[in-house]
Amino acid sequence: MSNLSSTTNGSARVVLSAEQVWKSYDAGAITVLKGVNFEAVEGRTVALCGPSGCGKSTLLHLLGGLDEADQGRVTVNGRELGRDPSPLRMLRHEVGFVFQLHNLIPDLTLEENCLIPTVAAALDRKMARARLRELAERTGLGHRLNHRIQKLSGGERQRTALCRALMNKPRILLADEPTGSLDEQTSASVFQLLLDLVATEGVTLVMATHDRGLASRCDRLVEMRDGRIHESSSL
Amino acid sequence: MILLKLILTNLSRHRVRSFISIAGIAFSVAAMLTIVTILQGAVGMFSGILSSDSQIIVFERNVSDLFFSDVAPSALKEIASWPMVQHADPVLFGIVSSADHPIITCFGVTEADARIRKATWIKGDRAEFGKHDDDVVLGERAADFLATTVGSRVQIGHGSFHVIGILQTTNGFEDGGVFMPLSSAQSFFHKNGSSVITIKLRSKDEIAAFKSAVKARFPNLIALEDQEFTRSYSQFKILKATAWAVGGCGLLLGGLGVANTMIMSVFTRIREIAILRVNGFSNAQIAGMIFGESALVAVAGAFAGLVIGTCFLLVLQRIPALHGYVDVTIEPLVVMIVIVLALLTGVAGALYPAVYAMRIRAVEALRFE
Repeated sequence: MSNLSSTTNGSARVVLSAEQVWKSYDAGAITVLKGVNFEAVEGRTVALCGPSGCGKSTLLHLLGGLDEADQGRVTVNGRELGRDPSPLRMLRHEVGFVFQLHNLIPDLTLEENCLIPTVAAALDRKMARARLRELAERTGLGHRLNHRIQKLSGGERQRTALCRALMNKPRILLADEPTGSLDEQTSASVFQLLLDLVATEGVTLVMATHDRGLASRCDRLVEMRDGRIHESSSL
Repeated sequence: MILLKLILTNLSRHRVRSFISIAGIAFSVAAMLTIVTILQGAVGMFSGILSSDSQIIVFERNVSDLFFSDVAPSALKEIASWPMVQHADPVLFGIVSSADHPIITCFGVTEADARIRKATWIKGDRAEFGKHDDDVVLGERAADFLATTVGSRVQIGHGSFHVIGILQTTNGFEDGGVFMPLSSAQSFFHKNGSSVITIKLRSKDEIAAFKSAVKARFPNLIALEDQEFTRSYSQFKILKATAWAVGGCGLLLGGLGVANTMIMSVFTRIREIAILRVNGFSNAQIAGMIFGESALVAVAGAFAGLVIGTCFLLVLQRIPALHGYVDVTIEPLVVMIVIVLALLTGVAGALYPAVYAMRIRAVEALRFE
């Protein structure tokens, strides 16, 4: 496993890997991840499935540099997290996040929310707006750019969150129950949009979900249970 | 632009809280501006009294207040005889009270003094000054509050005096003061000499030589140039320090208001800060946003405070009892210092909230809120 983190596996390159990762909370009272090994290949989609509390979200947070592992190695595009003093650089350019709740700022417009990552990355304003127009057209939000978040429907909000996550053209998209707060019909359309976007942009998607139906449409399904990878299968 | 929008959005989200913070800074700035300006005006007026047609002031060394200084007549006589001295005028300062006015400044001067020679005499004849021991000349405001005029007798302290003239002067202390012949003042205040001697030299090039001569000949006296005196006189220093200290306390309170606002601001949007974090905002950008908010509050407060303070000074200037005492000339340096202090206060008030915001762990904030 250790030699897989940054090497090319045949024609596919591993862009995201976790080796023997442990994570606990409350000073070790609750151990959420127990020596997890995981990897994701460039341009492929991976679904993390499992019951609540099995460690899916925690693994996503560690893979995205939002949290630190107690033990083990997490590698993103060949760089080991924790050794790089600034995981923010990675967050800005290489990894995008989509959460179950859209996590948009309600007082800002759709456009302003989407531009936040470009401000953080100090992206040229014209380029940022062009990128936003492109994404907004593809997600059907072109006519809603100047609307405040409160005026958007649940599906529109989640599509906005998707746009925002892709603004800096990340190579990896981490999605934590991205359709979990939506009704069945909206969930299906948002998920299809997510798959279309990652396919078009060549983005690696790692998604935590309870929905077996959605998970089955990914390239690979990883089953987690009690803080461990229980089963991994290509679909 | 987004950063600015975030700053403005947050301030407008809690308008009342923002307004209270701005008001806190504004009233602190207004208080500081008013106190400092009034005291600087007072110091300026007092300096003006001393520097009337003179370059140097001679007084007793190591006295805490000029009212306690006593320069012997023999020293005056000798100094006045030095060739480099054009004229040497003794002035005796005293404080007396009348029935309704606890403090009236008295000036014991000779008829040769610039105040008598060069002042505008509204009533009376300057040639009459010094002819009789119980004659006094009043400043215009003193004549007004003592309700007297030329030819009347007026009770000042334990003495009764004959008013022979009324002077018009722009100096508040002189305008509310009483001028009496030096000999009368010496008798009235039980002094042999004068409080100070104001000196005009024939040439400014001789200032250093004059000061050395005083030091050598009269070790108990000190000669200072007018500006030098203004800078070093302990009473002025105490007044200025007090003014800045009182103003500083006001700003400290304003700063605590800003700190409270910013702490509440950070606490109520932990989730929003976490969202910015997840989207790549650095510590510097998060801190910049918090400091930006506090700086905006401080700048708005400072400008509001300058307007309020100026209006307050203008009102004070129009109060008859304070006529001539309040100098509304606001020095640009004071304005600059007040703005900078307000800004520093705002930034200091945002320090803890900024550190707190930088320490917010996005994962926990997004997971639990």
